Amino acid sequence: MIEILILLIVIVITYVTGTIIEKNHYKSIIKREIALIKKPIINAGAKTWNTKKKIKKIELVSGEVVISGDYFKNFAATLKSIFGGRLTSFESILDRGRREAIIRMRESAKDANFIINAKIESVMINDYYTNKGVPQCAIIAYGTAITYE
Amino acid sequence: MIITNIENIPGMAIVAQYGLVTGSTVRAKNAIKDFGAGLKNIIGGELKSYTELLTEARKEAVERMKMQAKALGANAIINVRLATSSITAGAAEVYAYGTAVKAEPRG
Repeated sequence: MIEILILLIVIVITYVTGTIIEKNHYKSIIKREIALIKKPIINAGAKTWNTKKKIKKIELVSGEVVISGDYFKNFAATLKSIFGGRLTSFESILDRGRREAIIRMRESAKDANFIINAKIESVMINDYYTNKGVPQCAIIAYGTAITYE
Repeated sequence: MIITNIENIPGMAIVAQYGLVTGSTVRAKNAIKDFGAGLKNIIGGELKSYTELLTEARKEAVERMKMQAKALGANAIINVRLATSSITAGAAEVYAYGTAVKAEPRG
């Protein structure tokens, strides 16, 4: 009985904290995405880059983030996966993580004109299927930043 | 040292190739930070200490790759890729690899 009570309390607390954190995170993501809308432009697929313009700087830029779900999200996904369908609670974790990594990459190259061949690499640190833990995802976004004179 | 993850260096010509250079690192934070991250994991949100760890690991991997390229006499690395893998909770592995080349300004 006590165990169920503790579980319920944990679920309620993590539901509240998780929702607040997610809301604030999305707010800050949208704000920063709007601030970066003009520069630098991301080109996700270019393998080569030729230009007549004078180039001031070429460098590898990257942005990293390790993002975690919360206990409630994990619980909700466990229930949902019995019936199948979209696991919205996990979708939002990965979406937030990737967008955050891309924003950090762009922020580290604020003066650049282009970020070419942007790639996103991600790995689950704590896997949901192997140990039923709350998933954590490590994401690296990287690309070549080019600044014109 | 110029590092790009595209096949050429804009505005420069590649005059010599030295082959594959790599750098890898596995890093961990201390037990206190691991404990803090474990608590944060239940509440939710970004795990800042692990993000820091990943940044350090990436920097070190790229640095090691650079050192290898320098030893070969190259002045640029092209087609760089970063790969990560999870060994255990609390540790980060970053592997960086690319082609070491010598580049000269065009014209």
